[in-house]
Amino acid sequence: MTDYGEIEKRAKTRKTALNTITYILLVFWAVIVLFPFYWMILTSVKSYSAYNSEYIPAFFTLSPTLQNYADAFTAVPLGRYFANTVIFTVVTTAIMLVVITLAAFAIARLDFRGKNIAFVIFLSLMMIPNELVIITNFVTVTNLDMRNTFPGLILPSVTSVFYIYLLKENFEQIPDSLYYAAKVDGTSDLKYLLRVMIPISKPTLITITILKVIECWNSYVWPRLITDDENYFLVSNGIQEIRENGFGRENIPAMMAAVVVISLPLIILFLIFRKKAMAGVSRGGTKG
Amino acid sequence: MRKRKLTDWGLKGWLYLLPAILFLGFFMVYPLLDVFIYSFEEGYNSASQTYYGVGWYNYSYILHDPYFLQAVKNTFILVMITVPLSTGIALLISVALSSIKTLRELFQTIYFLPYVTNTLAVGLVFMILFQKTAYTDGLVNLFINWFGGSSVDFIDGPYSAKMFVLCFYTIWVVMPFKILILTSALSSVNQVYYNAARVDGTSKIRTFMRITLPMISPMIFYLVITGFIGAFKAYSDAVALFGTNLNAAEMNTIVGYVYDMLYGDSGGYPSYASAAAIILFSIVLTITCINLLMSQKKVHY
Repeated sequence: MTDYGEIEKRAKTRKTALNTITYILLVFWAVIVLFPFYWMILTSVKSYSAYNSEYIPAFFTLSPTLQNYADAFTAVPLGRYFANTVIFTVVTTAIMLVVITLAAFAIARLDFRGKNIAFVIFLSLMMIPNELVIITNFVTVTNLDMRNTFPGLILPSVTSVFYIYLLKENFEQIPDSLYYAAKVDGTSDLKYLLRVMIPISKPTLITITILKVIECWNSYVWPRLITDDENYFLVSNGIQEIRENGFGRENIPAMMAAVVVISLPLIILFLIFRKKAMAGVSRGGTKG
Repeated sequence: MRKRKLTDWGLKGWLYLLPAILFLGFFMVYPLLDVFIYSFEEGYNSASQTYYGVGWYNYSYILHDPYFLQAVKNTFILVMITVPLSTGIALLISVALSSIKTLRELFQTIYFLPYVTNTLAVGLVFMILFQKTAYTDGLVNLFINWFGGSSVDFIDGPYSAKMFVLCFYTIWVVMPFKILILTSALSSVNQVYYNAARVDGTSKIRTFMRITLPMISPMIFYLVITGFIGAFKAYSDAVALFGTNLNAAEMNTIVGYVYDMLYGDSGGYPSYASAAAIILFSIVLTITCINLLMSQKKVHY
């Protein structure tokens, strides 16, 4: 009798121990993930003089200030970088949605000669890494005199074979009978696409939009190659510029204020569309 | 009648495809062919768009350039450290995450945050945490001092310290994707197997090794392949930490070398850039093929 009690007790302690270790591990990683965010917010509200007099960094501040945020917008053109990135992101995503919707509709719904070949070629393009084509694109855009312009920034990234594929898969799940019913009613193809297919595929379109917005907001390489005029910098180049020539190397609190301003929009967007963003990334995102 | 309909359809279909075809053709197919042509044009001058001859000179120049060799070395070290480590840690965290119920969503949300942050911006925070300047030793050095070590400059200091920060930051950045994929793989393992194992009284470790691991092996394998490809293309993480002049910091990567050849203070050589890019992708292709071959033995589908 007592033996059973003993065994049960031991099993229980073991379970608690395992549980504790699990939570310690999870909290540990959460701290590693969150700490840089905490540190950037903390540093951004420390005053310049307070920060520079701390030989040993302080983990909190008793006199927070918003002065650094004011500096970030006045001493360097952070507002300009920000506006550029918003324009770039919105226009790129909008054009891309139109292009991929039309293409996915053609492949999923329409019948025409050469469709299968076109689709196979599209699929094989998925394997081409960006780094391989960026060299010629750089030369092309330079030769077309489109450096430091929005078209030069935007046009190379308005198509994505992968998103065409994702959307095509979604379109194909819509039953054919709907299409024939619409045909009988005399609905044109374009109208059918706008009135039926797009509303039904809204979740996928939202997912694609979120992924593309994240990609645009964080893009660094192409904007860096194609812009050297500060008026056309996006936030990534902007922050690099701020770091190298901005406030002077020592004004780290102001730099951190800029970092917070740049990071915030995507984090807010993510918290609003948390489920959609994570589902989307597990279906089609790669980073690293 | 039937024939007329067919041609109608044909035109319409291509019309819908046209924007995509134009963009892909101009910014993907043509550049892909062109990059090979560039890589064989010797002494190409981007201003006059002329070249002397055709041959392997660009490749031989690249392979004898100490900066390129440094970049190759850095990239390989980065790949060999970050891919196994990040996959392993992600697996550990995902298993832990799947075994709890309370706070699970909160942890998942937190772990995903690095995915939606700007690599350049947050890299700056890492730089500040690790950097040692005249004003402060930085936070990481404070911890090291607590444990009795002496301060190291991780940003402008010894090579191994710089490589450590680069690997650390890379792992931090790639982790969300891996945790996400592995947690969804773990949750899709059929509970029946676990119940059967529990009835048999199988130990937890044995259950993990014999059931969980084989069931999620395709996803682990997928992460290893994408991890290799991604790590070989590392660039912006390094820029975020060490600034744009990566050659001076001895921290350049192959992709960084390509861009440096293309543009900037050392730029203007699309031929060298093309040759380097093609070498990079031959490496990536080879390693992906090796991975695929190995997986046929190990992965359980």
